[in-house]
Amino acid sequence: MNLVLDSVCKRYGDGRDAQLVLDQISFTMHTGQFLALLGSSGSGKSTLMRMVAGLEKPTSGSLRLDGQPIRGPGSDRGMVFQKYSLYPWLTAAQNVAFGLEIKGLDRSQIRERTAFYLEVVGLADAARRLPRELSGGMQQRVAIARALAAEPRLLLLDEPFGALDLQIRESMQEFLHNLWRSTGLSVLLITHDIDEALLLAQQVHVLATRPGRIVESLSLDLDKSDLRDLRISASFQTLRHQVADTLRQLDRDPP
Amino acid sequence: MPFLPTIWRSRLSRLMFHPWSLGLAGIALLFGLWALVSSLGILDPLFLPTPAAVLAAGVEEVANGDLWRDISASVLRVLGGFGLSALVALPLGIAMGTKTSLCRLLEPLLALLRYMPAPAFIPLLIIYFGVGELPKVLLIFIGTLFFNTLMIMDAVKFVPRELLETTRTLGGKKRDLLLRVITPYIAPQVLDAFRINMAAAWNLVIVAELVAAESGLGKHITLAQRFLRTDQIFLGLIVIGLIGLLIDLSFRLVMRRSCAWAT
Repeated sequence: MNLVLDSVCKRYGDGRDAQLVLDQISFTMHTGQFLALLGSSGSGKSTLMRMVAGLEKPTSGSLRLDGQPIRGPGSDRGMVFQKYSLYPWLTAAQNVAFGLEIKGLDRSQIRERTAFYLEVVGLADAARRLPRELSGGMQQRVAIARALAAEPRLLLLDEPFGALDLQIRESMQEFLHNLWRSTGLSVLLITHDIDEALLLAQQVHVLATRPGRIVESLSLDLDKSDLRDLRISASFQTLRHQVADTLRQLDRDPP
Repeated sequence: MPFLPTIWRSRLSRLMFHPWSLGLAGIALLFGLWALVSSLGILDPLFLPTPAAVLAAGVEEVANGDLWRDISASVLRVLGGFGLSALVALPLGIAMGTKTSLCRLLEPLLALLRYMPAPAFIPLLIIYFGVGELPKVLLIFIGTLFFNTLMIMDAVKFVPRELLETTRTLGGKKRDLLLRVITPYIAPQVLDAFRINMAAAWNLVIVAELVAAESGLGKHITLAQRFLRTDQIFLGLIVIGLIGLLIDLSFRLVMRRSCAWAT
């Protein structure tokens, strides 16, 4: 997997009402990498992710996945949204099987893969339950399992834990970290949560607002053997204060 | 009720606090009042027949087949008109909910038509089509089409964008969006819209039959009026109400069976 964004710009409207949402975004991403885009609302980070997913087109610049320009959505890029992530009328297992049925896999294959990915996210017991019978954290795990079941080259997470309580959010972050470590997934995460970006990602691009643009890129080399320890370690706290300052500075001095 | 054994007491209290208890009690109260006032003899039975007289009229009409004929005539008209309306409203509402241009084209028109009272079309329908079945079916059709269409359109507009986009990232095409996401998502709202608009259809068929018909519950009432048979008028009104209630309940049942996830 090789994702290359080259001078991507996005503009909404035209003429005098035109609004530049993203300005000259360029970065690359490789197989197995965990990359986070960190920014507050108005930084265009969701728009950027939607372009990678193929749900929107850039005004200029190019997005390429393994050399091929991204022309539309496809199951090679699995996506998980913050809310309304599951089909409410389908059970957890049916949700996971959904993409496989669209692809037209045969029954036994669907059953096998569904069971496997529910197991991967630790929800084999919840297979027959409806989304409304699952907690928010469990729902997001089902959504992740559904994206994984399509065996994508790249997993796109758009503030996947943004609607969860703090406690659950932290355990979901650990879950995602372990999932990434054990599977070697390529993950592109969008978040406004500094801790989340720094804890999980190997590389963090910090986005400024209006227009969204990358102002700082951090390559992190933290000891992630225990996320709980890392969270409270002095070096981590220093780092997160630095990033928080950067973001605050950006909010204060509009260009 | 300390004199009752515990089991009976708990059963009784469960019965009393059942969610339907109060509603049924309200209906029973009205019938009780009716029975009381009509049996006191202070009102001319011509104005207010006793429940027994109405029941007798019912038994008589069931025996001679008049009641069944009128019920089936009205019900068939409603089924025809409403079925036609649903058949047009479903694809039209979904199309308007998914295509912005179509919505912009038709929504003002439908909003305008919706405010023209359907019964006001009866004279036109009689001039065009006479007094047969067609004008009655058409009245119900135009009286419910706009409401059905607009409500379905709204339901489609409220399908979360995230669900549609998730489907596309899973490789879903237009067809999958329509059949696997939009249709199941709006099913409960569509059933609910049908349930509500069915009440309008049921009203309209009676109105149409009051104006001009050979059969039906509305005709039943006008005929009774001609012979001052208030007992038959009461019977007609009660039967109309009961059938309406039955339709409502069956929609709720279908909804609970088929869309358990949304209830």
